[in-house]
Amino acid sequence: MKYIDEYRDGDAAGKSAEMIRRITTREWTLMEICGGQTHTIVKYGIESLLPPGLTLVHGPGCPVCVTPLEIIDRAIAIATRTDVIFTSFGDMLRVPGSSKDLLTVKAEGGKVRIVYSPLDAVRIARENPDMKVVFFGVGFETTAPANAMSVFQAKKQGIKNFSLLCSHVLVPPAIEALLSSPANRVQGFLAAGHVCTVMGYEEYFPIAERYHVPLVVTGFEPLDVLQGIYMTVRQLEEGRCQVENQYSRSVRREGNRPAQDLLKQVFRVSDRTWRGIGEIPNSGYALREEYADHDAEKIFDVGEIRTRESPLCIAGTILQGLKKPNECTAFGRECTPEHPLGAPMVSSEGACAAYYHFGGYTGRTPS
Amino acid sequence: MNQIADLSAGLACPIPLSEYKNVLLAHGGGGKLTQTLIQKMFASRFDNQMLDILHDGAVFPGGSPRYAFSTDSYVIKPIFFPGGDIGELAVNGTVNDLAMCGAKPLYLSSAFIIEEGLPMDDLWKIVLSMKAAADRSGVSLVTGDTKVVDRGKGDGIFINTSGIGAVLPHAEIDPRNARRGDRIIVNGPIAVHGIAIMSVREGLEFDTEIRSDTAPLNGLVERILKAGKDVHVLRDPTRGGVASAVNEIAQSSGKGILLDEEALPIGEQVRGACEILGFDPLYVANEGKLLAFVAAGSAGRVLQEMRSHPLGKESVIIGEVVDDHPGIAVMKSRVGGTRVVDMLSGEQLPRIC
Repeated sequence: MKYIDEYRDGDAAGKSAEMIRRITTREWTLMEICGGQTHTIVKYGIESLLPPGLTLVHGPGCPVCVTPLEIIDRAIAIATRTDVIFTSFGDMLRVPGSSKDLLTVKAEGGKVRIVYSPLDAVRIARENPDMKVVFFGVGFETTAPANAMSVFQAKKQGIKNFSLLCSHVLVPPAIEALLSSPANRVQGFLAAGHVCTVMGYEEYFPIAERYHVPLVVTGFEPLDVLQGIYMTVRQLEEGRCQVENQYSRSVRREGNRPAQDLLKQVFRVSDRTWRGIGEIPNSGYALREEYADHDAEKIFDVGEIRTRESPLCIAGTILQGLKKPNECTAFGRECTPEHPLGAPMVSSEGACAAYYHFGGYTGRTPS
Repeated sequence: MNQIADLSAGLACPIPLSEYKNVLLAHGGGGKLTQTLIQKMFASRFDNQMLDILHDGAVFPGGSPRYAFSTDSYVIKPIFFPGGDIGELAVNGTVNDLAMCGAKPLYLSSAFIIEEGLPMDDLWKIVLSMKAAADRSGVSLVTGDTKVVDRGKGDGIFINTSGIGAVLPHAEIDPRNARRGDRIIVNGPIAVHGIAIMSVREGLEFDTEIRSDTAPLNGLVERILKAGKDVHVLRDPTRGGVASAVNEIAQSSGKGILLDEEALPIGEQVRGACEILGFDPLYVANEGKLLAFVAAGSAGRVLQEMRSHPLGKESVIIGEVVDDHPGIAVMKSRVGGTRVVDMLSGEQLPRIC
């Protein structure tokens, strides 16, 4: 497949790995921000190609993993209502809430539908005027423009029965939160290529300067990731702390301006709770007051929500890069993709699920 | 007292209520939940020598020839899709399940559960395509049943077919028979059927339409069995895809399976669609593909014979059976690493981004 195979080429990967080994003289710890990158790293066994002192820790960039439990429970409560068609991207359906997940709501008779685009949800609303259609708007800056567009279009077309349950999160505040933590051991970042496709990378300059860390905007294919690692290590070895762009075939410095304008029009920046991490100031989007009629959180009164996390799950420690999934006592035992105790075991982008599906076979007995 | 306690234990649902109070779609997805449901609920209760093999069909013991028996239900949406329809699928599916037992399919039954309101024209098209499929694979539809359910209680039409076939001489096909060194051959590009269906559902368009690979594999199986006596396992990787099929065989045989990512035949458009939809082609359904586990010494000859059959022109070796990592399938990645290829867990759900 053109423009994909080139980035999965075995020989080129071998050469890139060799280049990394050649320039690495010390131990370094890097974090890939995005779950898509984690997926690639584990799926292609990239860690096995790196020199021994070079450690990758997997960041909080899986939207499924960081969506707060309170919002999942709220989604479940809304989806259970008989007057609602609840629409969502596929992998949110298996995220465990306090007592169940959305797939279970579907099995119990709730009208839960998977869509590929939030605009499909708007269409469903138009076709079902007597139902309330809700779209579960989660994710980072990557999915935010399309979700903003759904609300924008619904308002413009007067589709009053469409609303968005919004739980958007933003990458730069999360990086700052990680870097300010006393437990932080990350020395360089692979920034998320698709987030930067939308937002550009100007907002990373102050972070690089303030915390003295290199950030390299990186793509998602094996060669992208290897090259991103190479560029980050080279900066560390040379004592530089700059923002560089590996993913230049997709990312421009200023990003996608029309998408950013739409985001500003529909959303305002708000404080957000990240599942497993806690509240981070100014780290998410909420719908602006003008769109209150399409804000599911305001439309549906589902009463008080009391959340309950599994006591065994150490998702927070994993998402902050302090532990690896296979260091969790519940990993592969109480917690599996069929019975996830925490969100990182759900999406194929989640660090725990990626380890479970693609990890080495030595540590795990067949089920 | 003990007896009462034992009895109640025997009657208790073997799938703990705390896990699933209701059946989920994934229980029928062909992955781990399906396997758990079958093993814990059905196989544990119906327990007998033929069922315990958990193959695509059962082979009755004794007699000459021996007879194989299989059944399958078809609930596909849309009922007409590029490359086929539910009728053709229903005939080919059971024909293939019998072929995977090393049998020549002979007689089929067909049960129709029809939703009130189905256009008579549609039903006629389905019947005609079942007839054509039956002729193509040389089977007769000898008995059947018809039920109609209220509008809204069925998805247009559901079809069940069951079939009986005569096991070919010398065929000793059994998932437990996989042996170290066996080469794993697939008869062409994988993941075509699932993607053909998904593209219709999602409205994806390609330069040329992706058409389902539904086809009767009994002719190809006869050719394979003629070419080599040491064919150990045959399996059609339908729901759950190649990954789930090789896992089942690894578990049944207690051997390890090593796949080679570079060797996997995947069409350009199917790969593109998988990228867009966020699917792994290893887990996508096939309807005209089989995996043959053949001793290394015969693999070359079998491969050659397969390639001379219209449904096997693009046959390739995609892996082998090993002694390492028993019960587990592993794949050598393109980039040089290795990774576990697990069974499908739950349904394959499209990723957010």
